[in-house]
Amino acid sequence: MKTHLNLFIAFFRSGILGFGGGPSAIPLVHKEVVQTFKWMNDDEFSDVLALGNTLPGPINTKMAGYIGYRVAGVFGMINAVLSSIVPSILMMIVLLTTLTTFKDQPWVAGMTRGVIPIVVVMMAVLTWDFFKKSNQGLGWKVSITLLLVSFLLIEMVHVHPGIIIALLLSYALLKPNKLKKEEKPKERGVN
Amino acid sequence: MIYWEIFLAFFIPGILGYGGGPASIPLVEYEVVAKYQWMTVEEFSEVLALGNALPGPIATKMAGYIGYEVGGAFGAFVGVFATVAPSLVLMIGLLGLLYKFKDSPKVKNMTSLVRPTIAILLGVLTYRFLESSYIGAGIWHTAFLIIIGFLLLEKWKVHPAFVIIGGLGYGAIFLSF
Repeated sequence: MKTHLNLFIAFFRSGILGFGGGPSAIPLVHKEVVQTFKWMNDDEFSDVLALGNTLPGPINTKMAGYIGYRVAGVFGMINAVLSSIVPSILMMIVLLTTLTTFKDQPWVAGMTRGVIPIVVVMMAVLTWDFFKKSNQGLGWKVSITLLLVSFLLIEMVHVHPGIIIALLLSYALLKPNKLKKEEKPKERGVN
Repeated sequence: MIYWEIFLAFFIPGILGYGGGPASIPLVEYEVVAKYQWMTVEEFSEVLALGNALPGPIATKMAGYIGYEVGGAFGAFVGVFATVAPSLVLMIGLLGLLYKFKDSPKVKNMTSLVRPTIAILLGVLTYRFLESSYIGAGIWHTAFLIIIGFLLLEKWKVHPAFVIIGGLGYGAIFLSF
């Protein structure tokens, strides 16, 4: 019971204090898991984080689920995931349904207009982050080629983005090892 | 039927979004706005803005709220489940296996190869929000808020929640027509 209470505290706290999506809450999770409750040491935590990043999907719930599972089995997993996501979902539903009841008021429409530009800035920053990271990871030649090919396929040919991502992933898994320079990204997107 | 659609709409972004919740936002937008047309771009960006103003993981907040809008409480459950469960099952199931290959270049390549595509998706979505802001608020308000927003967020490192509240307040006062 004590363990479950601790799991709840650890993931409730890191969930409710993290702004800007799951990845930004990872340091908070680290603090709870490694420093406060000592379920893992630093190395284990960073291994789990690195592996979590090689898998798709939200990182925060993957971490919560896996750590909860290690600490207290299946119920630990459920407890940790719910503690990290349910409070914020409830806040979201209450806030938005309240706003929707007033949506015919001009000031509510104004609020939407005022906040979209801020979202533009946040999304632009996020885009830039991904762009920078993909240049670091792949070199700018491969990265720019992939950017252009993705853009053409998604926006001009209207291929579902999921198909492109799935092709890239299978390419990464199936191609022969090493070779980072010899990649021919163009061949991959189209077939 | 509607629950199956909700499941698919969040399962696909959950299983394809590399780089955590924020990376899956454009994929969610694709399903919710373009494919199933549950929301307009403006509504989606409003949900995203409020989601960013509140704490907690963004992908599950979006899934919970949109699921709730479309299919009530059970819809919220389905949306969140589809977002969280598949990747979590993979994580618990494959961790042992992945551990062996964690230094393998293949595993590292998977994440980096997908990044440019995600960058494009994010960029296109940013442009779409920009367009809708230009239509809704006009060029001057949009430009003003973008510059101020950028300075506050990136230069002066003001907490995003305050910047979003500021944008909401500015809109309520100057953009209510």
